[in-house]
Amino acid sequence: MNHIAIKMLMGDKGKYFGIVMGLTFASLIMTQQPAIFLGLMARSYSFISDVGLPDIWVMDAKVQFVDDIKPLQDTELYRVRGISGVEWAMPMYKGLLKARLVDGTFQTCNVIGLDDATLIGGPPVMLDGKLEDLRRSDGIIVDIDGAKDKLGKPASTPGGSPTPLKVGDSLELNDHRAIIVGIAKVTRTFQSQPVIYTTYSRAKSYAPKERKLLSFVLVKTKPGQDPAELTRRIRASTGLAAYTQAEFMSLTYEYFMHNTGIPINFGISVLLGFIVGAAIAGQTFYNFTLENLRQFGVLKAMGTGNWTLLRMILLQAVLVGTLGYGLGVGLTALFGYLMRHSILAFKFPWQLLLFSGAGVSLICVFAAVLSILKVLRLEPAIVFKG
Amino acid sequence: MSSSTFAVHCQNVLKVYDTGGQKVTALNGVDLDIAMGELMMLVGPSGCGKTTLISVIAGILDQDSGSCVVFGEDLLNMSSRNKLNFRARNIGFVFQAFNLLPSLSAAENVSVPLIINGMKRSDAERKAISVLEQVGLGARVTALPSELSGGQQQRVAIARALIHSPRLIVCDEPTSSLDHETGRNVMTLLKDVAMHKDRALVIVTHDARIFDFADRIATMDDGHIVEVKTAGILASPASASKACTPDAVEPYNLAPE
Ligand SMILES: Nc1ncnc2c1ncn2[C@@H]1O[C@H](COP(=O)(O)OP(=O)(O)OP(=O)(O)O)[C@@H](O)[C@H]1O
Ligand SMILES: [Mg+2]
Repeated sequence: MNHIAIKMLMGDKGKYFGIVMGLTFASLIMTQQPAIFLGLMARSYSFISDVGLPDIWVMDAKVQFVDDIKPLQDTELYRVRGISGVEWAMPMYKGLLKARLVDGTFQTCNVIGLDDATLIGGPPVMLDGKLEDLRRSDGIIVDIDGAKDKLGKPASTPGGSPTPLKVGDSLELNDHRAIIVGIAKVTRTFQSQPVIYTTYSRAKSYAPKERKLLSFVLVKTKPGQDPAELTRRIRASTGLAAYTQAEFMSLTYEYFMHNTGIPINFGISVLLGFIVGAAIAGQTFYNFTLENLRQFGVLKAMGTGNWTLLRMILLQAVLVGTLGYGLGVGLTALFGYLMRHSILAFKFPWQLLLFSGAGVSLICVFAAVLSILKVLRLEPAIVFKG
Repeated sequence: MSSSTFAVHCQNVLKVYDTGGQKVTALNGVDLDIAMGELMMLVGPSGCGKTTLISVIAGILDQDSGSCVVFGEDLLNMSSRNKLNFRARNIGFVFQAFNLLPSLSAAENVSVPLIINGMKRSDAERKAISVLEQVGLGARVTALPSELSGGQQQRVAIARALIHSPRLIVCDEPTSSLDHETGRNVMTLLKDVAMHKDRALVIVTHDARIFDFADRIATMDDGHIVEVKTAGILASPASASKACTPDAVEPYNLAPE
C-alpha cells in the first residue's frame, strides 16, 4: 500500500508543493535564525578565541565578560609569573581610546597593547606588514574593516566611499602620533569600533594616565601541567580571577545570554517560524487528508485496516517532512555560503541539524496525528454518499 | 431454506441515524433474501433507505438491531478485524461516482483489492491488466481516471470490483452518471462478467431502463421492503428466468491461482 500512499501524495502537484514549501519554510527559519544567533553569540568571545597562544587569562575578580575591563596594577604580572606551573605570563592592555583622524574628526577605537618583547596576543591574520613592525617607533596595526571604513580618509566626493588607510598613514591617539605599520584581519566582535594593535608600553602612553592599566595577564601553562589546576593555584595565591580560554569564552557567552535581549529575540523568531511552519504545513497536510478522505474511505470499505491507513499517512508525512527539511537545511547552508564574506554572523554546527530536525519532525507528527485521527474515525459508509 | 443457502439473509433490520438529537429511521424492519447467483435490484424513492441497506449488507455500516447474515456470517457480531478481512475477500463495490483513486492508473486502481488481500504488487498489476482486457480496456491500462470517459471509468471500477473474485458485489446507482447507451453497456458487462452461480449482485438503481437486467427487483419505501418481484413483470421476460438457471451464464472465475 506504500506506493498508493506515495502516488496519492504526489497526485495533486499543487498541494504536494504547498505542503513541502510550508515545511521548507519552517525548517529554514528554524535552522537559519539559530545559525545567525549562534554566529552572533560566537562574536561575544571571538576576541578571546583570536588570541590563540596563552591557555589561561588572569583578570580582576569582578570582570564579567571580555569587554568588561577592570584594570590591575602592573605588579600583578610579576606575582603571576612567580606561581609554579606558569611557563610564561604576558601583559595585555585592552581599552577604548579616541583617535583623531586626518580630517580632525574623532573615532573611538579598541586599542590592544601587546607585550613589547614577545607581541603575544596579536591579530590572527596579517594582510599587510608584519607583527614585528610594531616594534618600529609609533607603530600600530589596524584591522582591515576599520581601515576601510571608520578610520578611512573622507571621500573626495560627497557620498563616495572613504579611502582606506594603508601602511605608512598616520593617526593621532590622545595627542600621540601613531603610524600604521600593518593591516590585520580580526574576527568580528560585538564591538563595532576599529581595532588597533600596538605594544603594551605604547598603549599605556596613549591611555589616560591612571595607576592601573593592566587589563589581562595571559598565561601559558608549563608542559605536563593541568591548566585547570593552575587556574586554581593562581586564584588562591593572587585573589584574581583566572580562567582557561574555554572558561573565559563561556563566561563571556553566558553574560551575553543572560544580560542581553539577543537570545529572547532569536528565540521568538525561531518560535514564530515553528508556529507559522506548523500552521502552514499542518493545515495543508490536514486539508490534503480531508480532500482525500473519500479515497481513504474507499480503501477502508474495500478492507484496508486502520493500521495500514495509519502507516500510509505516516509515510506521507515522513516524505514531505524529509523533503521540506532537506530543502530548508540546504537553503540555510546556501544562505550561509553566499553570506560568508559579509558582515552577517552565521554559525552552523551539526547540533543545529538535530534541533531543526526535531522541530520539523514535531510539525509532521502533529499534522499526521490530526489526519490519522480523522481517518481512523472515518465511517467507510461515506463511500456511497454522493 | 436455512440462512446459509442464501447469499444474503436480512431479518428485521433496523437502522436509526442520530444526528445531533434528530433521529432518522432509515431502515425500519427490513426483511430481504438474496440467492446465490442472483442479480437483485433495489428500487424506491429517494431517501427510502436503499443505500443504508446495501451499506449494512456490505458490512460497512452496523445496523441497530435485526440480523444480516452474508454467506452464513453475521457481520454485526464479527470483530472489526474479521469484518475487514471479510470485506476484503468477499465484497466488491461499484459506485455511482466511480470512486477510483485519481492518481493511480487504471491497472493500479484495479489491483488495489488484490494488494489489500496481500498479493504482491507486480502480480496484482499483471492480473489487473488481464481483467482490464476482459472489460475491453486492454489498451488503456496506464491511463489515469481523468483521462477516461465516464463509461470507461465505470468499467475500470467493475474490473476492480471483480478482480479478487468476491462473492457479493454491491452497486449503488452504477449507471446514473452515464448516458443510456453507456449505462446499458456497463450493465451488459456486469451481467456477463460478474454473474456467476456462486456470486450475488445487489444493484441499487432508479434507472428503469436497466430493470430488464435484474433477476428480481425489491421495492423499498420508508425503510421497508414493500414488494419483491421477479423481473419479468417489471421488464422484459428475457432475463426473468435467469435467477433459476444461473449456470446458463458463463462462469467468470478470477480466484487467484
Ligand atoms: N449518515 C447519515 N446521517 C443521518 N442521516 C442519514 C445518513 N445517511 C442517510 N441518512 C438518512 O437516512 C435516510 C435513508 O437514506 P439513504 O441514503 O439510505 O436513502 P436512499 O434510498 O439511498 O436515497 P437516494 O435514492 O436519494 O440515494 C434518509 O432520510 C437520509 O436522509
Ligand atoms: Mg442512495
